[in-house]
Amino acid sequence: VSANQHALLLDRGNLKRRNRFNRLVSVVSTVAALLAVAVLVLVVGSVFLKGVGALSWHFLSTPTALFGESGGGISNAIVGSAIIVAIAAAMAIPIGILVAIYTTEFASPRTAHPIRFVLDILNGVPTIITGIFVFGLMVEGNKQSGFAASVALAIVMLPIVARTAQEVLSLVPGTLKEAAHALGIAPWRSTVRITIPTAAGGLITGSLLAVARVAGETAPIILLCSIVGQGVLTNPGEALASIPYFIFTASESPKPEAHTEAWAAALVLIAFVLVLNIVARAFYARSRKRMGA
Amino acid sequence: VEAGALSNPVLRARRNLTDRIGDPLLRGLSGLAAALAVVVVAGIVYEVIHLAWPAIQQFGVGFVTTNDWNPNPLVQRFGAAPFLYGTVVTSLIAILFAAPLSIAISIYLTEMAPQRIRRPVATLIDMLAAIPTVILGLWGILVLGPFMRDTIEPALNSVLGFIPIFGGDPSAFGYLTAAVILTIMATPIITSVTREVFETVPGDLKEASYALGATRWEMVRQVVLPYSRPGIVGATILGLGRAIGEAIAVAQVIGGAYLINASLFHTGGTLAAQIASQFQNSAGLQKASLAYLGLILLIFAVIVNVIARVIVQRGKIKDVDVTETEAAAL
Repeated sequence: VSANQHALLLDRGNLKRRNRFNRLVSVVSTVAALLAVAVLVLVVGSVFLKGVGALSWHFLSTPTALFGESGGGISNAIVGSAIIVAIAAAMAIPIGILVAIYTTEFASPRTAHPIRFVLDILNGVPTIITGIFVFGLMVEGNKQSGFAASVALAIVMLPIVARTAQEVLSLVPGTLKEAAHALGIAPWRSTVRITIPTAAGGLITGSLLAVARVAGETAPIILLCSIVGQGVLTNPGEALASIPYFIFTASESPKPEAHTEAWAAALVLIAFVLVLNIVARAFYARSRKRMGA
Repeated sequence: VEAGALSNPVLRARRNLTDRIGDPLLRGLSGLAAALAVVVVAGIVYEVIHLAWPAIQQFGVGFVTTNDWNPNPLVQRFGAAPFLYGTVVTSLIAILFAAPLSIAISIYLTEMAPQRIRRPVATLIDMLAAIPTVILGLWGILVLGPFMRDTIEPALNSVLGFIPIFGGDPSAFGYLTAAVILTIMATPIITSVTREVFETVPGDLKEASYALGATRWEMVRQVVLPYSRPGIVGATILGLGRAIGEAIAVAQVIGGAYLINASLFHTGGTLAAQIASQFQNSAGLQKASLAYLGLILLIFAVIVNVIARVIVQRGKIKDVDVTETEAAAL
């Protein structure tokens, strides 16, 4: 390489300016990513540091104290949330997967397309509006109930379950279905015995993510299930305590003790949601491997 | 010969019978489930209008522009303007921060970051989307709010205080605190979609750009960003939809005032937050007016979602599912 050619490769003049700008963008984008991670660490860190002190067996196993008093726990809220979310999941997961089966296995593109569209609209409906809907449907002229909250949460879950299930079912290799078809196996049998088991990991992922999403959902609960009696209640026909609503009311309280209890309850909720997310991702990774995607 | 393994005629007859029931049964059940989804959407629209009807009759379209919310039994005058203003202001500020931030993060995750740390960092940012909004609100009340009041807002006020939106006294609760919370909510949603879109940019195009001597940033500007424009716009509008509809976290940090206030530091209200904080303790015309706010919010949300979808479909980026963040986040 002659000295002349070498000079062309030197980082100077216009090239220097371009490289410098490139480095600047690289730094800015790195800072942006760091900022987002820092916010996550800040929020989760705050919840952990401020909540862990108040977390005790007593807190987890005692029902909420009488109104305005502290020193109680969240056992009633844990039980109530579990019941509300379980009923919601029992409604939304089968229906959501059935919707996905319809659009991927039975419907023509002309009917599948509008159904996807409707699911997207449903997914975009603010949860507070879902709350108003179920209020008008079940609570107005009647009373609040855990079941009403479950219905609202099921509506929030439905598009999440259905859309992820559609994605996963459409990833099942067509050759598997064709093989079943060629052997003269009826469509319903190949769906139930071949398509669904192949896609099971992804279906579980979608369902777990939907559960994680609604476990912390508060807006519909305020409208549908917030006037709660004392003690640990288990009848979904009446209003049940729930963790998100406990956090909401405690966060609005002016008392520092209530704030400590809110942090502790938030720690329980956030741990549940993050663990569920991690488990869901693990299932997804496994099922992708199985389908060779 | 059908199903050779079933040479036993009794078994074969039984199988034929279950198939004759099973096929229409699964088809019917799944069709019914799909129809249910459609019915739910129609039911939501009907029920919200139904509950809002007394207020629609009383106030008409003028409700939208009335800058008042007076539940006093002797007055009972309600309007959407303060909350419409709050919704638009907080969501727009949030998107103004969240969109560039998300694009920068996506550039980092797809082009700049070392290969090994891309996935872990992307997962962490997705986790931010998983945090329940009531917990973000709690953090907003007890950590972010005081920080805004003591540090950010006085600083803004001392530098830009001559502009009315940065005038007034700093406070822990208000439009700006709500906007920051919404930024935190919207960023991971926009990021997960733009990241997916960036990943669909064909490698040949990128390599062609590098071969012509482009730096990494020049390649991003000339190839990745133009190619992904519809996806970026769709993702941003989607984030906007989430910000508009958030009720709880905003109700926790916005403070709940009934009038429009020029200062961003001042307490205010949004459509969703107003419903969340008053619906359970209201009756009669006030409840109907809250449902009317809900109707306006629903119209907003549907329009925003339809626009986001249409833009992305025009862009023909079919592999990317912008409407299902939870799925896209994977």
